[in-house]
Amino acid sequence: MSVEAWTYLLVGITFALYIYIGYASRVRETAGFYVAGRGVPAIANGAATAADWMSAASFISMAGLISFMGYDGAVYLMGWTGGYVLLALLLAPYLRKYGKYTVPDFIGDRYYSHTARAVAAIATIFISLTYVAGQMRGVGIVFSRFLQVDIATGVIIGVAVVAFFAVLGGMKGITWTQVAQYSVLIIAYLIPAIAIANVLTGNPVPQLAFTFSDLVSRLNQIQVDLGFTEYTKPFQGKPMIDILAITLALMVGTAGLPHVIIRFYTVPDVRSARYSAGWALLFIALLYTTAPAVAAFARYNLISTLHGKTLEEVRQIDWVAKWEKTKLLAFVDKDGDGKVTVAPGRAFALKGGRPDFNTPDEKSRNEVHIDNDIIVLSTPEVAKLAPWVIALVAAGGLAAALSTAAGLLLAMSSAISHDIYYRIFRPNATEAQRLLAGRIVILLAVVLAGYFGVNPPGFVAQVVAFAFGLAAASLFPAILLGIFDKRMNREGAIAGILVGLIFTAVMIGMMRAPQIFGAPAPVIPNLFGISAEGVGVIGMILNFVVAYLVSRATPPPPEHIQHLVEEIRIPKGAGQAAEH
Amino acid sequence: MSNLEGYWKANTSLIRNLLIVWALVSYVFGILLVEPLNGIRLGGLPLGFWFAQQGSIYVFVILIFYYAWKMDQLDRHYGVHE
Repeated sequence: MSVEAWTYLLVGITFALYIYIGYASRVRETAGFYVAGRGVPAIANGAATAADWMSAASFISMAGLISFMGYDGAVYLMGWTGGYVLLALLLAPYLRKYGKYTVPDFIGDRYYSHTARAVAAIATIFISLTYVAGQMRGVGIVFSRFLQVDIATGVIIGVAVVAFFAVLGGMKGITWTQVAQYSVLIIAYLIPAIAIANVLTGNPVPQLAFTFSDLVSRLNQIQVDLGFTEYTKPFQGKPMIDILAITLALMVGTAGLPHVIIRFYTVPDVRSARYSAGWALLFIALLYTTAPAVAAFARYNLISTLHGKTLEEVRQIDWVAKWEKTKLLAFVDKDGDGKVTVAPGRAFALKGGRPDFNTPDEKSRNEVHIDNDIIVLSTPEVAKLAPWVIALVAAGGLAAALSTAAGLLLAMSSAISHDIYYRIFRPNATEAQRLLAGRIVILLAVVLAGYFGVNPPGFVAQVVAFAFGLAAASLFPAILLGIFDKRMNREGAIAGILVGLIFTAVMIGMMRAPQIFGAPAPVIPNLFGISAEGVGVIGMILNFVVAYLVSRATPPPPEHIQHLVEEIRIPKGAGQAAEH
Repeated sequence: MSNLEGYWKANTSLIRNLLIVWALVSYVFGILLVEPLNGIRLGGLPLGFWFAQQGSIYVFVILIFYYAWKMDQLDRHYGVHE
């Protein structure tokens, strides 16, 4: 059977599975819709959280990014996993004990303020919307690359599937679908990784092959011979201060992401919230410790397959010919010797941020352009695996994108239908009305996400840093202080959120002025060496300082709020709240 | 009430200790001291690089499960478990 037939088959089977699970877990009350009835076991919640959080970018692009960044790729590895430690120790157990439906719920109640609730809800919507646009685009790309349908058709199919299980089953449907999606995506990621580790080093466990073979030493040597710096040499692309800032921003940002936090409301008690954070990170670590191995293997393999061979030779390799057609892999014979040279620098000049395939970049001897995204997608072909494995990778990429999209849509829907509509405007709404509002909003959000997937706003890649910075600078400090500082009051929290938010927005706006506003140059390139990706850390620090100073200068929070804080610090009683 | 204060104190000092380990393996071993540590090898990798791309992630997983297990004991000891 051809790769294409296998892809249709596997994608069809997995989609049918997601739809079946969504139908089987349809819900009739708001607790089921928003928090899956709080009955999700810790391991299942861990798998769902892992799928929820690992996006199309983690699955398709991350290993490629690391492959090109070498050591500096550690910002993503440590940053995106280290946040779970903060989440598990500092937030998840207490939010579960508090036990309502959303993040703005906690912030609004803890700070006895509709202003705080609205700010948190708007931050949630913004963060989720930024993210979801990228996910739907990912769905479209996987479809167009593997099934030869156009991107718009791919997005519409994806939208229809997500709409079905999210509208019908709410959080309950999403949770069990995500458990299935995690299984699909991790199998799809590991099979090619194991195969390529085995081919290159004879050790099938990628993590062990990475650490205990001499492959990385050989890669270092090849890189040096070709004029690159060693693969493992730190701070080649970014200064140390920026690596520190980005790692911290990604950690804190991850801990503050609303669609991840709400997953911890779905477990039965505080104890399960703690363990499910551990399971989530274990499941994520399976992919995140494989990715740097795949990155190094792929880089070694690409360089040694391409460098010094003649153009005719490399074009006879099946996967080279295939990827060259998509322009994700491109050659230019600058020195006219008929052979491929891999060297530092660009093969082609950039035009509007993309390579211009008609203009070779004469500043460098490099003759190969390799897009980040082909690293993961090409490993099965490079390792000469069967067609069904290649099809599985397509299904895995779709699972990663759809599961994240569904989680984000629910976070957005609950911020609008629960926090804004019900808690602020219509506190008398009946159960049925609230459920209907939730379903209508999620349907609208799916359509909006689909629109962004077909007509991608150019800013998506640029503002993902913004989503993390925003979560780090606004939501995380407010939640943390709400739990650990009993004296923190409404005035302090709101002032802190506003300062953190405005500072981070202005900084990113100035640093990314060319991408966001089309300015000719950034207003400032960086702040003391910290780039737009890491600047949320400064916003977070400002938030903490301002919140502390303002809260101490204003009256303490009312008696019942101080009791609420004492109450969420002890696990007892979380299960009873679940039965209400 | 003093009982609950004791529980909270035990909890926060556990969190503090674990966060020290968290910062040590990532920020200190993986970033600040990466260059001197790269002089040492673990298998085929320089040690600082290993902490940055693999080791810190393993430690993070262990930290969370250790926290959950330790908190089980604290919950029972102070009688605040479900």
